[in-house]
Amino acid sequence: MSTRARVIRGFEFAGLDLFVPFIRLFSGENPREQVATIVRTFGTPLVAIAVFLCAWSAIAASIETSIGAVPGPVAVWEEAKNLVAEHRQERQKEAEFYVRMEKLKEQYAAQGRPWKDRKYSGKPTYFDQIWTSLETVFAGFIIASLVAVPVGILCGLSPTFYAAVNPLIQVFKPVSPLAWLPIVMILVSGLYTSENPMFEKSFISSAVTVALCSLWPTLVNTALGVAAVDRDYLNVARVLKLSWWRTVTKIVIPSSLPLIFTGLRLSLGVGWMVLIAAEMLAQNPGLGKFVWDMFQNGSSQTLAQIMVAVATIGIIGFLLDRMMISLQRLVSYDAAAV
Amino acid sequence: MTASAAILDDVGSQPAVDDSFFSLQAVSKSYGDSWNRTEVLSGVNLGISEGEFVAIVGFSGSGKTTLVSLMGGLIEPDSGSILLGGAPVQGPGPDRGIVFQNYSLLPWLNVRDNVALAVDEIFSDWSASDRENQVRRFVEMVNLGEAMEKYPAELSGGMRQRVSVARALATNPKILLLDEPLSALDALTRATLQDEIERIWEEDRKTVLLITNDVDEAILLADRIIPLSPGPRATLGPSFPVRLERPRDRKAINHDPEFKKVRNMVTQYLMDAAASVRSQTYTAPVSLPDVQPADLSAPRISIVR
Repeated sequence: MSTRARVIRGFEFAGLDLFVPFIRLFSGENPREQVATIVRTFGTPLVAIAVFLCAWSAIAASIETSIGAVPGPVAVWEEAKNLVAEHRQERQKEAEFYVRMEKLKEQYAAQGRPWKDRKYSGKPTYFDQIWTSLETVFAGFIIASLVAVPVGILCGLSPTFYAAVNPLIQVFKPVSPLAWLPIVMILVSGLYTSENPMFEKSFISSAVTVALCSLWPTLVNTALGVAAVDRDYLNVARVLKLSWWRTVTKIVIPSSLPLIFTGLRLSLGVGWMVLIAAEMLAQNPGLGKFVWDMFQNGSSQTLAQIMVAVATIGIIGFLLDRMMISLQRLVSYDAAAV
Repeated sequence: MTASAAILDDVGSQPAVDDSFFSLQAVSKSYGDSWNRTEVLSGVNLGISEGEFVAIVGFSGSGKTTLVSLMGGLIEPDSGSILLGGAPVQGPGPDRGIVFQNYSLLPWLNVRDNVALAVDEIFSDWSASDRENQVRRFVEMVNLGEAMEKYPAELSGGMRQRVSVARALATNPKILLLDEPLSALDALTRATLQDEIERIWEEDRKTVLLITNDVDEAILLADRIIPLSPGPRATLGPSFPVRLERPRDRKAINHDPEFKKVRNMVTQYLMDAAASVRSQTYTAPVSLPDVQPADLSAPRISIVR
């Protein structure tokens, strides 16, 4: 394989198919066709985004609310820059705090007084909140996967088991996160009573709610993938007299991996959507709580800040999806078929 | 019937089933429920000696795949018994290596791992290096040493089928069942693989049963040809020995009188069997509608103004 083909493979694998025409263009491969592709894949979305921003700007200016005019794209962009600046400030304050503490510690040591380490307790910045949200969604997603994949495999392997649990799946699947959350919160505060908790209760409640809502797509897709394993592959296992466990691990799971990953990808998408609602109510210090706090604030910046959050949530959701697509390609043996 | 009776004098009338290495005794198989039952195979008798290469030739839909599934143990016969080395076979097992029509390679494993899956399972008491050598030996035997790391999607149909053959042979089965292994391939690849199968068979003289719809292929490869009469209620006919020197050269044997004779006999038998099935089947006379072609020369009235 040539270097160029390797680079293109890599880009495609990373889910960056959009940029492949640029590589082809720079390597001088059929420039006319590449330019046409670039105009189609980049030009048209850029035009659409520009139209959207203009319309937003025009409509926003004409709507007056109790807390001021609806911010246009420029105001939202300014607010985003503010949030970044705030974050930098806070980090600097934190660094200064630790420098002070270090000096104080030396003084105490010199005077022979006992010293106790103290942690900086500034308010979490926007980026801290994003990080918390990501941690929470992945915690919930991992719990969901650990439950959904094995149960899904059992469902796919045994029609009897599937018939038994199918009504439960169908009933619990459409339940809204807002209905689960109060139950989960009460259960968590009842059951998770540690003196020195490793996790915040709000974190656990949010993660468990995410898990409850996001495990269904993985469960259903896994069951489907396992039930649809090609009979020929199972015949191979029968001729070799593979044990039940080896048939499952060597034939059934590899063969259904593409569908399992489709399920996981859908689950992560659902989880990210559910998370914001869960964080709002559970007061988990992530993006959901940020939106809720800004809403309670009711300042002139409220709308702009919430819009920044909306954009952030959207972009992160998009990136998570791209990540899962790349993972899906990694395990999908069909993709190797040229 | 006189013509085929004369031919039949030349061949063994019924295959011996008693002391054979691999045998089927009065095997029958039906599909469907009690209301709508089709007997696919009826009273099939077969005996194969150790080291023999037998070909079963039949038309499409005559129950060839059912037959090989029965032998492989993938399905159970309704009646009759299947014996290997004197003992009845119970379900599928590695003593009967099957090469499936559609290769059945696992697409997420490369060539090495597809073969290794079988070798590791069957020879789990061997050392890792012995198992690795076994895999290498059989992949090289089918001339795919260069393609060890390739995935099935990157291989041509012929190469995939070679992997499938290597996988079946590497487990050292007592008998190799080939279920129309070459029917999905183009003519050129087919010819190459036929030569390859002959070469491999010459190397270790395994007992082989080839199921095919190609009489020429059967003559080129087999010691003995047994036609399968068309289904429903298909059964095996008499066996036709192929007395051609090995190794057989596909160009040379085309002009060999023995080749022509066997070819004619087998084809004639299959045609007669098909004709007798057709004569037994009642077909309602189709009444055609009484229509006359339109007379285009007649003056026409235009409806478009």
